[in-house]
Amino acid sequence: MPDTATPIDKRPLVLLTPAFIAITALVVIPMSFILVYSFYENVDLAVDRVAFQFGNWQALFSDNYYHSAIWKTLRISVVVTVLAAVLGYLPAYFIAMTTFRHKWLLLLLLILPFWVSFIIRTLSWIHILGNQGALNGLFLWLGLTDEPLQMMFSEFSVMVGLIHVFLPYMILNIYVSLEGIDRNLEPAARTLGATPWQAFREVTLPLSLPGLAAGSLLVFVLTGGSYVTPLILGGPSDFLFGNLIYDAVVTELNWPMGATLSFTLLVLLGSVVILYSRFMGLNQLSKAFG
Amino acid sequence: MSAWAFIRFYTILVYTFMFAPIAVVLLLAFNNSQFGGFPIDGLSLRWFAELFENEAIMRAFRTSFILGLMTAAVATTVGILAALALVRYQFRGKDWVTTFLISPVLVPETVLAVGLLIFLRWLHMPRSFTLLLLGHSIIALPFVVLVVQARLVGIRREYEEAARSLGASPVQTFFSVTFPLLLPAIFAGALFAFTISFDNITATIFWRPSGMETVPTQIFGMLRHSVSPEINALGFVMICITVGVPLLAGGLARYFSRRKV
Repeated sequence: MPDTATPIDKRPLVLLTPAFIAITALVVIPMSFILVYSFYENVDLAVDRVAFQFGNWQALFSDNYYHSAIWKTLRISVVVTVLAAVLGYLPAYFIAMTTFRHKWLLLLLLILPFWVSFIIRTLSWIHILGNQGALNGLFLWLGLTDEPLQMMFSEFSVMVGLIHVFLPYMILNIYVSLEGIDRNLEPAARTLGATPWQAFREVTLPLSLPGLAAGSLLVFVLTGGSYVTPLILGGPSDFLFGNLIYDAVVTELNWPMGATLSFTLLVLLGSVVILYSRFMGLNQLSKAFG
Repeated sequence: MSAWAFIRFYTILVYTFMFAPIAVVLLLAFNNSQFGGFPIDGLSLRWFAELFENEAIMRAFRTSFILGLMTAAVATTVGILAALALVRYQFRGKDWVTTFLISPVLVPETVLAVGLLIFLRWLHMPRSFTLLLLGHSIIALPFVVLVVQARLVGIRREYEEAARSLGASPVQTFFSVTFPLLLPAIFAGALFAFTISFDNITATIFWRPSGMETVPTQIFGMLRHSVSPEINALGFVMICITVGVPLLAGGLARYFSRRKV
């Protein structure tokens, strides 16, 4: 190894120092700190006491309210991820394989939603699904129903909003992995006697799985951590685990409980990320930016 | 119907799903009705006029704009340096360093927000504009690193070596060769950071000091009642800014790069 003979180059270290300090001070230390804080005791609104007691954790483990919120969040995250994959795969395939001259336009349109304000995209569904919304207007006009369908402020509208906001992540990731596949492979399989469907199933689909997995991870983790979408599009009973954190920290000013819940969410979603990186590595995630 | 025709039809449907709601907001911004939804009573610009007279909204706009610019400055400076280290130098543990640099993305934003809030509270630093700036910068940093890194890979070191061998000092080389070559990457990173900050609501709700609103939190507060027509008009303006600026920048970049060739 010639590297060992030369002195270590300090320049990359110097360049990386500001980023390292920032991430350590603003992410790593606060993340460890919420674990410490979860043992503190809440005395009153916004007043807490340094302590080492397990009251918050006991509440979390014994109260069914928290358990059902975890299950609900898990269920909604899985459903949103699966639906996003189902909705997103074919468009990604179309963009990757099309011979359409203005393919760049399709790609541009795919990136465009990232630039449109998240809250505007979310609240736009009130105009579509609400009682006065576009869909109900259409149904009434067509005579399909006599009175407006109740679609808004339900689990359905929350899921629609989440899928709408996170779908571009899914399509982009699948597209990136499809684009990287050698174009000769599918024709080669066809020459060897495979039907178009077989060629897709045996060649293209397996090779696009890393992108599908990366997109699914992003959608799952983003959904699992949301709380703004249920606040805007959901009814009182449509809350995710993130909403419990919001309630504890912003509404009840019970910071030790907020810390306990935050750490729980970090462990739950963090273990999904770690599981993913064990199998796939994290490189695929950064490919979408290339 | 052939399989390909089905895929094309499906793609059109999905694109409609993605863009129809946004189009509806853009359309309703011009609705004359005093309610923020359908039906459309006629077209008018009155809600835009009301928007510019609404002191709270204009204040939120100024806050968001300043915050976005400062976040872009901080995140891009730190991000460019880190991206340079990753692209220009070979060193051991690079994969670990990259993972560490993108780690803020892997933490759920809600958790990141609560963690930073509680930590700074423990340090006796209350919610402040500085907390928003630091927080937005750390959220934007991984994206800046990734975007800038992708741009930097294309810059060849030979240009700098040529300048050096022709007698330029390292400082001269940096300002007359390296920096101009870096400019597009810097610009792309800064634009990205600005957009992320301008759009952020999830963490901002936790970090903002009481009484301070950014545009998204202002809209969020206004939504408590119902979708007012002003929100649609505000949405129209926001979309024009956050979509229009990058499109214009991208278009100009293409135009100038073509003229050079």
